[in-house]
Amino acid sequence: METSRDDFVIALRSAFLKKGTQQRFSLLSLIFFSIIFLILGSFNFKIINYVKIGITEIVYRSSFIVSVPENLLKDSYLTIQNHNKLYKKNEKIKSELEILKAKDLLNEFIILENQRLKNIVNDYLVKSDTIIAKVLSDKSSPFLRSIIINKGSKHKINLGMVVMDGAYLVGKVVEVNYLSSRVLLLSDLNSKIPVIVEPNAVFSILSGTGKDYGIIQYSKKFDDIKSESIIYTSGSGSLFKAGIPIGRININNMSDEKKVEFFSDFSQLKFIKVVSFKKSENK
Amino acid sequence: MIELRNKNFIRTILSKAPLILLFVSVLNDYDFNYLSLKYFSFNFSYILIFYYSLKKSESLGYTYIFIAGLFNDVVAGTPVGLSSLMYLILCVAASYLRNITLRPSLLKDCIFFLLTILIINSLLFFSLNFIFNYELSYFDQIINITFTFLFYFLFSNLFDFFERYFVSNNNAG
Repeated sequence: METSRDDFVIALRSAFLKKGTQQRFSLLSLIFFSIIFLILGSFNFKIINYVKIGITEIVYRSSFIVSVPENLLKDSYLTIQNHNKLYKKNEKIKSELEILKAKDLLNEFIILENQRLKNIVNDYLVKSDTIIAKVLSDKSSPFLRSIIINKGSKHKINLGMVVMDGAYLVGKVVEVNYLSSRVLLLSDLNSKIPVIVEPNAVFSILSGTGKDYGIIQYSKKFDDIKSESIIYTSGSGSLFKAGIPIGRININNMSDEKKVEFFSDFSQLKFIKVVSFKKSENK
Repeated sequence: MIELRNKNFIRTILSKAPLILLFVSVLNDYDFNYLSLKYFSFNFSYILIFYYSLKKSESLGYTYIFIAGLFNDVVAGTPVGLSSLMYLILCVAASYLRNITLRPSLLKDCIFFLLTILIINSLLFFSLNFIFNYELSYFDQIINITFTFLFYFLFSNLFDFFERYFVSNNNAG
């Protein structure tokens, strides 16, 4: 009994303390370093922050280069997949285009009318500054939904700026480095934004799920939300400008969950718009 | 002379292959998530680190594993030092198993690997959820553990094959 306990202690001590050939540090000392990093990092210690910024710049750039072979593989897989669906898609798009052309004319009239009316009631108009950025890497791991873009504080990117794919909301900037930034996607588990569900004008919170869809949470008028309703940003809390389209409600009969299918496909992002909205003077 | 130099270069590249693979895997996160398979994800770095710490500890230095962990934290957006700690715990487990094993067998390695990743992922889940206030899906973690464990059989054989036919042959030649 005593011998087996001794063996256990010897094996464990050797595992922790023995250095291999060409090893500078033992495992124990490196574990100790990691814990120090963690503790000091959680207290926002300056040196750790500098180390993190240094690593970030190296990692984001090299991650882009290292991702090239995988991206090639990914792109070819998606191209083949898209090719199969092309014919059906084309037919559908043609018929949709005709309808949209007619709607667009109506929209233009409504936009102009809206501006005129806002001027009359002295409401503010919103003007936006747009920065186009390239997606360096998209780490759609099961635990994290974020993308890295190639614009940072040098290009006047600030925390909380809105990120859009065309006209659709994608997420917001949560980390800004000198030459790169991290964008938290709407699908991330930690993403929660105020939205309005139209028609019926139901105010609610859209939460990410870590998957490719979101869910509607915390609404008093939960039953008023019907399938195929459209989700827009509500503008509450001044986080986002009101009225940015996000996605469509898809109610699954099997559960009461109000799923939101995003208009933008987050796995296909190549270029995105980083936008800041400001109030502009009425003319 | 040129042939000898070329051979030396290939030998160096092959001996450093696990290290290159480790850094590529942490920088790239290649886990086939783009296939959008609903219930599929695995942690390649865990498999690589455990296998090489167990079978050829000189291939991956502990310091490099520590640095790879820091890189992984930056890529994944987790607190700096957390992945390093998890990787090093994996190394401790592998090193302990190496010390106590007289007759190695794949099955024993796999069971020990499963136990280790269960402990590591529990630690990760606990620290991220309760200390650093990150929200994690418990179900996704379980799927990740299951596939990482299952893939250990496959990758362990692949690495064995690679070591036997590429690295050893080149060293002998």
